[in-house]
Amino acid sequence: MELTVLDSAGAQPQQSGCSSSGCGSTDDQLAHLPDEIRDKVYNHPCYSEQAHHYFARMHVAVAPACNIQCHYCNRKYDCSNESRPGVVSELLTPDQAVKKTLAVAANIPQMTVLGIAGPGDPLANPERTFATFRMLSEQAPDIKLCVSTNGLALPESVDELAKHNIDHVTITINAVDPDVGAKIYPWIFWENKRIKGREAAAILIEQQQKGLQMLTERGILVKVNSVMIPGVNDEHLKEVSRIVKSKGAFLHNVMPLISEAEHGTFFGLMGQRGPEPEELQNLQDACAGDMNMMRHCRQCRADAVGLLGEDRGEEFTLDKIEAMEIDYEAAMVRRAEVHRSIEAELNQHAQAKPAAPADIDPDARPVLMAIASQGGGVINQHFGHAHEFLIYEASPAGVRFISHRKTDNYCEGGDTCGDGESVLSRTIATLSGCEAVLCSKIGYEPWDMLEAAGIKPNGEHAMERIEDAVAAVYREMWEAGALMTAADECLVVA
Amino acid sequence: MSLRIVSSCVNCWACQPVCPSDAILQAPKHFVINDRKCTECEGSYDVPQCASICPIEGAITNAAGEAMNPPGSLTGIPPAMVAAAQAEIRAR
Repeated sequence: MELTVLDSAGAQPQQSGCSSSGCGSTDDQLAHLPDEIRDKVYNHPCYSEQAHHYFARMHVAVAPACNIQCHYCNRKYDCSNESRPGVVSELLTPDQAVKKTLAVAANIPQMTVLGIAGPGDPLANPERTFATFRMLSEQAPDIKLCVSTNGLALPESVDELAKHNIDHVTITINAVDPDVGAKIYPWIFWENKRIKGREAAAILIEQQQKGLQMLTERGILVKVNSVMIPGVNDEHLKEVSRIVKSKGAFLHNVMPLISEAEHGTFFGLMGQRGPEPEELQNLQDACAGDMNMMRHCRQCRADAVGLLGEDRGEEFTLDKIEAMEIDYEAAMVRRAEVHRSIEAELNQHAQAKPAAPADIDPDARPVLMAIASQGGGVINQHFGHAHEFLIYEASPAGVRFISHRKTDNYCEGGDTCGDGESVLSRTIATLSGCEAVLCSKIGYEPWDMLEAAGIKPNGEHAMERIEDAVAAVYREMWEAGALMTAADECLVVA
Repeated sequence: MSLRIVSSCVNCWACQPVCPSDAILQAPKHFVINDRKCTECEGSYDVPQCASICPIEGAITNAAGEAMNPPGSLTGIPPAMVAAAQAEIRAR
């Protein structure tokens, strides 16, 4: 049978759960959506699994105030070394935000999207948020604008959002049941009062659902983010997924709780754990029966700049952008050219022949592989330099993207590797469940340790397209007899 | 009669836009309340607005210097637990 690449070939596997509906928001995944919606997201790095390798995004931190408290958030957001939602180094005024956006768009021509995602709630800062959007829609009409909100002030903001031509909104919905919500939100500020407990959660949930409905009625795309909190809302998120889909959300992003004690959040201090990668994947698979799932989210900072998974914010600090001369008219022309060539490349990929046919038994077991990539959809990173690995699954039905797993990179490129071994052990632990790791290069020491952990290192596919390389390795495994199931082995013995 | 913002303020800006008296100002270290303008929201709202949206326990005090949001009232974290967690983190 032919080993297809599910992302680009549109194959329809037969299994249940994630396998039956594919993963990420690939072209295939978005196939059931109207063309109008697909046109809106094809070059949006946060919405399209394929686009995120090619197009860049940025967030501007103009909205520090918040109208609710979440148990996974600590309002001390000023930090340059942490990469997580809500954290920023510099707060901007709307004027500064516009200047920064123009500077980034002129210097990173792959940029398509400007988002306002906090560190507080953009709609709890309507003046700052809408002033930024108003100026940008005038001065940079080629940039898509998005906003991410907790939803409390959403219904009253919908008309204004529609006015500024914002066609994407993300709502964080962690619960549709106030009893579950009360375990996540200790209080809200509502109608000039602080309201606590179940009553607060009920109001928030009602506002979120109302806002979601109002947005979809106006044709504004809605993505729903949910934070997976083991023992609190993990099972409940399946219900959330069903409900938000029925109300017209087009994509659901289930993200893992981040709860290190040093972040000082309620969950962090009280010892609430985050999910294991496998638990997250299982929940995403379960939700995928009802809903398009997003799997490539990097939970980026509220001032992130560049491709997903990278942060070039340091190049665009206030003092640096002050010194930049920007000719945005010229930049717009150049950006349009760059975008056209990326689109051409994406189209070419979409039409590229999937991996070579392989005679693989449809009952052969699926295999997870980890990929070291700096983007571009190719294997182009040294094992020791990877901050994260992309996890792909190969099966007789084809190759599909599953998730990414973050790691501390153990090699800093110099001789400062005193701590190397223990970091390497942790990296290998994060790759558990994977049977191969594909990278551009790998040293002897990690090679041996990976092999000892039952993960086959492979540097033979450097600079190849990820899907093709994964398919090729899977085929080699099949030919080597490594994919037989226990049942097959019994047959052979018999 | 005035509320005060003290040094535990994290500059989250939440209080500034909800003040009906325009009494909250950004200052070099943290936000401050202009005591000549502050009315503690009397005549405008039932409860002081800044204290009702502030996320940091103890960051806003009343005229007597008492915390409007005492320890444990907002986060739900028992104060002893915060102290223990902070001591543990500092010891690393």
